[in-house]
Amino acid sequence: MATEREPPPLGDAEQTDFRELEDGEDLFISTASTLESSPTSPEPASLPAEDICVNSNGPQPAEISLDDDLEDLFAEATEEVSLDSPEREPILSDEPSPAITPVTPTALVTPRVEPKTIFVPAMFERSKEELEEEANGDSFDMEIVVSDPEKVGDGMNAYMAYKVTTKTSLTIFSENEFSVKRRFSDFLGLHSKLATKYMHIGYIVPPAPEKSIVGMTKVKVGKEDSSSTEFVEKRRAALERYLERTVKHPTLLHDPDVMQFLESSELPRAVSTQALSGAGILRMVNKAAEAVNKMTIKMNESDAWFEEKQQQFENLDQQLRKLHTSVESLVCHRKELSVNTAAFAKSAAMLGNSEDHTALSRALSQLAEVEEKIDQLHQEQAYADFYLFAELLSDYVRLLTAVKGVFDQRMKTWQKWQDAQAMLQKKLEAESKLQFANKPDKLQQAKDEIREWEEKVQQGERDFEQISKTIRKEVGRFEKERVRDFKAVIIKYLESLVQTQQQLIKYWEAFLPEAKAIA
Amino acid sequence: MDAGIEDNSNQDFSGYDVRVTDAAQNGDTFVYVIKSQQISSDTEYRVEREFEDVEWLHHCLLTQEGVTGLHGIIFPPLPAKPGPSLSNSEAKTKKKIESLAMVDDWQMYCRALEEYLHLVTAHPVLVKNPAVHSFLKHREPPIKTKVKKGIFNKLTQAVGELRKEHHKDIDDFFQNERDSNLTLTAFTKAAAERTKRSQINFPVALCSSTEIAIACGHFSTALHLGIGQDDDPADYAFAKMCLKLSEVLDTVKKNFEKVAENDLNTLGFNLELYSRFQDAEKEMLFRRTCKLVDVETANKNLGQAKPQKKAAMEDIKKAADTEFDEISGMAKVEIQRYHRERVRAFQKALIELSDSQLQTARECCVELKQQLAEFKQLCA
Repeated sequence: MATEREPPPLGDAEQTDFRELEDGEDLFISTASTLESSPTSPEPASLPAEDICVNSNGPQPAEISLDDDLEDLFAEATEEVSLDSPEREPILSDEPSPAITPVTPTALVTPRVEPKTIFVPAMFERSKEELEEEANGDSFDMEIVVSDPEKVGDGMNAYMAYKVTTKTSLTIFSENEFSVKRRFSDFLGLHSKLATKYMHIGYIVPPAPEKSIVGMTKVKVGKEDSSSTEFVEKRRAALERYLERTVKHPTLLHDPDVMQFLESSELPRAVSTQALSGAGILRMVNKAAEAVNKMTIKMNESDAWFEEKQQQFENLDQQLRKLHTSVESLVCHRKELSVNTAAFAKSAAMLGNSEDHTALSRALSQLAEVEEKIDQLHQEQAYADFYLFAELLSDYVRLLTAVKGVFDQRMKTWQKWQDAQAMLQKKLEAESKLQFANKPDKLQQAKDEIREWEEKVQQGERDFEQISKTIRKEVGRFEKERVRDFKAVIIKYLESLVQTQQQLIKYWEAFLPEAKAIA
Repeated sequence: MDAGIEDNSNQDFSGYDVRVTDAAQNGDTFVYVIKSQQISSDTEYRVEREFEDVEWLHHCLLTQEGVTGLHGIIFPPLPAKPGPSLSNSEAKTKKKIESLAMVDDWQMYCRALEEYLHLVTAHPVLVKNPAVHSFLKHREPPIKTKVKKGIFNKLTQAVGELRKEHHKDIDDFFQNERDSNLTLTAFTKAAAERTKRSQINFPVALCSSTEIAIACGHFSTALHLGIGQDDDPADYAFAKMCLKLSEVLDTVKKNFEKVAENDLNTLGFNLELYSRFQDAEKEMLFRRTCKLVDVETANKNLGQAKPQKKAAMEDIKKAADTEFDEISGMAKVEIQRYHRERVRAFQKALIELSDSQLQTARECCVELKQQLAEFKQLCA
């Protein structure tokens, strides 16, 4: 079942249903308005002239389906990282979900408010580093928030629209604060474009969040339970992180597609992301071919750095996945703990009710209340466990896939260079053979071809060196980011742990005198 | 050998200070080490007893001769038999956990026995039973005859007797007591069950939180390998962060353990004990009800008796009446004592619970704060 099918041609009536007025901003119309399928070609860039060769290796979607390569690769990964498997959803909270209808209020139910306070974008911490990288000297000051998920449409053609709000003081944007509405396929489309443009020259493009047929179907069908709320929230948070990571990259930030994504009120529909379209099948085929290619490229590595790094990343990937499994079981356990605590609270309450001794009865009732509050704490902590910790780990597993992809690109580039060299060799041999035959035309042609291939060899070498250089830089960036990211998240996680303990202290301090007052 | 000490001369019925300090597996059985000292004297006794000896003591208490209204006593409940009484699933989960938790089990048994002996020696009537002295002071365990299980204690299970359980009482006080006993027992049992469930899940929880601490440790080690200070500073920093993280998760795990332990040791223990105690009260009330039925039957028989049987019936009726009055008298006192004691014990348990949880939370908080500070410093 396709997650993102074309919506049927909408009449205006349905469009107006979910228009949302907010602080006098313009009405936003969903991106479903256009039914043409052409993805935008990159506009002439007004970019700081870094190492981007946008034009030389233009978009070649048929040949290098990198984005979906990454996503599908990941989807194939072991179950531990499959974030959208149905078993996981019941793990999280039991609270009744808010009704997911058009025009919902900004905040979701209470437990969901928590992650918003926990999950403050950590962007401002990095301003110093970004200063170094910004060619035009703008201080990096940008905050992106993805919010207000809204269901648009009905049945299997429904989708969630998210509000993307950008606050920035960067001069490349025309305003300081602006919002647009985007749906999930828009994000995928953005990633697809970026990957096509930048991956093959060595940039680590942050991967978009996963598609999830199961999760999304539940939402479409209107199943308004906690698991679909969880799903939407998880996706919202993931989309936010995705955008944050993308704009943190100085090159990507200035990409016109990115800017258009953030600023334009209308975006042409990205269609190549449909799950089971013809394009989808083509991608699968390409991916298979890629896999075969990988096995046969045996590169002469002249630079040990690359080999070392690849090894390290492989190592890191394994460790992250293991840790992710463990964190998931931690979340599970906390949930169990919460269930037990709630059950005990009920028992204590009943005991209190049937108790004749007044003071003891009161104390027991209060114990029941304390245990209920503790139960709530458990749930919130489990929530933090998951949203902070587990999601961080899985984000990085996905990022590592992108990193590996970039290394693969380098290999391909090398291969291309080698192929050019081999071809040149052939042409040279052909030429020397022709020297003895007396065919001046063919000889000239041979000489022309040799020149042509010499150029290609040189270009190949240049490309290879370029991509190697870029990768080194990117990896350096990635590692710094990794440290910053982990640090920020772990600190928040630790803080949440501390907070939980402090709450517990309060509860027990309040209860103790009650217990003492019994007799 | 021991006959001399059992003489009633020189009997000292002052309270005891009893401690069960140790227990060890001796083949199939548990052997407890019991130390006791009477308040009035300086002599400390140390004996070793098996669970069978405890059962014998209990039997002696229940069958003591010459005590008025014996059946009106709420007998302190026998502690759980250690060892293979665990259900299969409990045994399996227990196998999973570290040996540390296994060790705590025998401490629970010791404590349960200790509590039992406290209750017995604190009881004004029971403490006078010579079997108590024999149990606590004699080197050799008492000679036991085979105790036929189930006859005296489990009257309620005899099918024919069940209908008597609902026999209406002539005394409001007792009727109320019987009714509230029923509800209280059910809820106490449920609550005890729930704290136990946390304990059963606790080993699983312990597993998962141990797993994660271990996983994180591996994580950091694996990253740390081959990364020295001269290597890429980002890698180095990352590895150190993960090391710290595994320390944090270790703290979290220990906290889980401690919290479950606190629950179990305070409230869990209390609920467990009192759900058995409720049963003991129920049995007492049942015995009295049975006696009541006897009285009413005797009255009926007397009314229906032929003149030549009348005198005999009269005697039976008088005997039944007396017994019933004795039982009721004792029962009333016992009930009041029981409830006082129950409330007091509950209060103690609740105070201990909140004290220990408070302490644990404070300690954990301090540790986490420390680790947080260290972490921030690490990647400053």
